[in-house]
Amino acid sequence: MSVTASAVREGFPQARPERVVNDFAIQVATVNGSGSQTANLVLLRSIFQMGVPVSGKNMFPSNIAGLPTWYTIRASSKGYIGRKKEVDFLVAMNPETAREDVLTLPPGAAAVYDEPLKLEALRRDVTFYPVPFDKLITPITHDAKLRRLVRNMIYGGVLAKLLSIDMGQMEKALRKQLGKKEKAIALNMSALQAGYAYADANLPKLDPFAIEPMNKTQGMILIEGNVSAAIGCLMAGVTFVGWYPITPSSSLCESLIDYLKKYRKDPETGKATYAVVQAEDEIAALGMVIGAGWVGARAMTSTSGPGISLMAEFAGLGYYTDAPAVIFDVQRVGPSTGLPTRTAQQDILSVAVLSHGDTKHPLLLPSSVSECYSMAIDAFDLAERLQTPVFVMSDLDLGMNTWMSHPFEYPKKPLDRGKRLDAATLARIGEFARYRDVDGDGIPYRTVPGDGLPAYFARGSGHNEKAQYSERADDYTNNLDRLARKFETARTLVPKPEIDMVRGARVGVIAYGTTHWAIVESRDELKAEHGLDVSYLRLRAFPFTREVFDFIDRCDRVYLVEQNRDAQMLGLLKMECTPAQFAKLGSIRHYIGLPIDGRSVTTELVKQEEGR
Amino acid sequence: MSTEPTVQPPAPGKKVNRIGLEPIAYRGGKTTLCAGCGHNAITERLIESFFELGVDPTQVIKLSGIGCSSKAPAYFLNSAHGFNSVHGRMPSIATGAVVANRKTIAVGISGDGDSGAIGIGQFVHLMRRNLPIVYVIEDNGCYGLTKGQFSPTADLGSTLKSGVVNDLPPIDTCALAIELGASFVARSFSGDTKQLKAILKAAISHRGTAMIDVISPCVTFNDHEGSTKSYSYVKDHDEPLADVSFIPYFEEVNVEYDPGATTEVMLHSGSRIRLTKMAEDYRPTDKMNALRLLHETMSRGEYATGILYIEPDKQDFIDLLGIVDEPLASLPETRTRPGKTALDEIMESFR
Ligand SMILES: Cc1ncc(C[n+]2csc(CCOP(=O)(O)OP(=O)(O)O)c2C)c(N)n1
Ligand code: SF4
Repeated sequence: MSVTASAVREGFPQARPERVVNDFAIQVATVNGSGSQTANLVLLRSIFQMGVPVSGKNMFPSNIAGLPTWYTIRASSKGYIGRKKEVDFLVAMNPETAREDVLTLPPGAAAVYDEPLKLEALRRDVTFYPVPFDKLITPITHDAKLRRLVRNMIYGGVLAKLLSIDMGQMEKALRKQLGKKEKAIALNMSALQAGYAYADANLPKLDPFAIEPMNKTQGMILIEGNVSAAIGCLMAGVTFVGWYPITPSSSLCESLIDYLKKYRKDPETGKATYAVVQAEDEIAALGMVIGAGWVGARAMTSTSGPGISLMAEFAGLGYYTDAPAVIFDVQRVGPSTGLPTRTAQQDILSVAVLSHGDTKHPLLLPSSVSECYSMAIDAFDLAERLQTPVFVMSDLDLGMNTWMSHPFEYPKKPLDRGKRLDAATLARIGEFARYRDVDGDGIPYRTVPGDGLPAYFARGSGHNEKAQYSERADDYTNNLDRLARKFETARTLVPKPEIDMVRGARVGVIAYGTTHWAIVESRDELKAEHGLDVSYLRLRAFPFTREVFDFIDRCDRVYLVEQNRDAQMLGLLKMECTPAQFAKLGSIRHYIGLPIDGRSVTTELVKQEEGR
Repeated sequence: MSTEPTVQPPAPGKKVNRIGLEPIAYRGGKTTLCAGCGHNAITERLIESFFELGVDPTQVIKLSGIGCSSKAPAYFLNSAHGFNSVHGRMPSIATGAVVANRKTIAVGISGDGDSGAIGIGQFVHLMRRNLPIVYVIEDNGCYGLTKGQFSPTADLGSTLKSGVVNDLPPIDTCALAIELGASFVARSFSGDTKQLKAILKAAISHRGTAMIDVISPCVTFNDHEGSTKSYSYVKDHDEPLADVSFIPYFEEVNVEYDPGATTEVMLHSGSRIRLTKMAEDYRPTDKMNALRLLHETMSRGEYATGILYIEPDKQDFIDLLGIVDEPLASLPETRTRPGKTALDEIMESFR
């Protein structure tokens, strides 16, 4: 045993009496570009394979190499997969941040660190495990580049030993991660084993944290939201993709491209039944999508805030020309450099009314990877049914992080291609007028080039029912009113909220997207720690359906919890509330660039309740 | 007010084209542009070209951005679908539409502001992709619809009606298009009926991007002394490269030309373009030659008109995408939604 290790042991005031099993967060602090992702995912996957609910969150800089990165793995026997505020077990690999990383640990936490960093003097209430990574990696490979890459796998082995993670599962996870690359597997396995052996011989277990097998992940998958959305697009029969790269949305189109290549080749000719165009910018990306949608294709793009801003003009044109389009907004923090790789729900208000003129768009609000999948399919159906751009509001946390889920179900309904004119309909309605509200739902019939039916001329705000140029007041107003009626139709078609009404509860919470996971946890905390029962409504779409207003009516007070500064969704809701409903609405906001956590919601809600 | 008239029934005994349609079938709404505007003449030539080639108007899609020029698609081919989009963004609408329905014949109408200023990014990338489209810039050197400001194609030293002098060099959209990869690049003048029609017909028969910059004087804001895009200036400084004649494949016309004095180019459709030798022996398939000519004539304050560059066999964007022969837009669910085994296989990979 090394001198340092025993010194540390003596320095530790008192070991926690109870073991903490399957309920803690591990944080790995590294430098980006150092190849820690494989080690982190192997750890995550091993815990998952042991049947313990997990989630993995990557907090990474807007940089390719050399800046600090933190990866957090949370194990939760209760199945909480939102962010946990405190880190319980730190792996300090980054000299730049190690000091602060250790200083911010809660008392009783543990830290594995790179021996030369000499962190043990920083705290007396933290268990330290120094590991000489460089010494351990030397015998494994002579290649300096490979050394750097597999060095991280050593902490995987150390943690496996210290946290009783099964090494068989580690190997299985490694194989899953690396596929058929036998050489790489062998190399990484020796690093894992070296870490394990070192910990076994030199690091007596002094902290309370441990993983024990459970059966809570059986049959489940581990997947990112962007990949899930891509699978949704594939299953929705997308035929045109126009996109421009931007973090955190790129991996959506990139995975879609991979799936399309694999699953959408015409069996007879080997040719593609889809087209992907990397556009010159997001303006062009949405322009292409609208052009493709206008001729009848199922077309999509995906972007993030800056791209949304560029798409504004076309979003309005899509609205006024009744052109279908599907747009994924994987939201991130505000403009330009700084925090573009951090998560937020900051585009809600701007996207809901994106563009100039009277414009509003349906938004779908996935909160899970399985909703990324199912709402992708819904979005295409709605875009064609409603003949309008439909936005799917994901975020970085959902899109790029790894989440557990039940496998996705094969779609039950056929594709909804919406109101396409055909000969029979034409005979029934007598005459084709592109923008005439034949059915009273605001949705007109449409034709597309090549269908042999009457053509029309699409243009912006100034047209009559027959799509002819017009600047007449009545034509303009009629059309705007029809579009408003269409939005009312959307209200009846978009996914309904998920509601948990607790009998006797006076307080209600409304949330959406990834904020959901913090609410799940916070409600349990409120009940357990404060005896406070809270009803809950999870929004799944805008426009708000009737249920949302009923929910407010049935509560005394309602807190809308969201991840932006200006209470954007609350603002949208207030636009449609009665004065009585308005008076009940409060707000809890979280905007630090990190995913919202349950504890923050609990603290803030209790504070506001007490301050009433 | 609605301005598009209903199509009149054909008068008996009128001439019909190859597919049995009368000229009226190629007309559109009544123009609302100024009388004498060059854009109207271009519209007329488009109508004649489509009629004479016997193109089925329902196969055509008409696209434009914003500007006086971009209004033009409403004035021809009433039975074709059209999309008057937003300023400078016609190329992206066209790209999506053409890729999603490869069977359409796309005609994009733009202005020099629409393509040269706000839309230069999209213009550049459409040319680069060699998207199959007839791309017409109705070039008047000014912004017509916003009442006469300079556009980026205004020549150095030309003046506005108000006397303001342009002190920036112009963008030559033809040189740019050649440089970027468009496979058919031409310049013409709205007042040159014969040449413009021959070029448009050749462009419609070409597969790939056919970019035609048509100098089209704005009689209201830019047809005065001091403008280099006025009727009189262009008439005096137009230097036709060659006498263009277009021979559609189906007509198998044998025009008598002296072979020694003509250059002939075979288009993908089997049609041919003949350039009768004029001042010099111009070879439109030579990129360097085309660019040199553009620079030389520009420096003399002249416009070389005619087919400047053509690369008939260049792969177009649709070829590059490797897509099925049918329009993507009309593929049925059975061909676009993978079966349950595919989803199962994907799910298995995440277990
Ligand atoms: C985003 C945007 N900015 C500005 C305008 C105003 N605008 C309309 S047409 C036009 C210029 C048109 O000039 P050009 O393309 O040369 O066409 P012309 O009218 O000369 O035929 C401008 C600036 C607009 N419609 N959209
Ligand atoms: S303003 Fe100029 S460009 Fe516009 S219609 Fe009149 S003449 Fe033509």
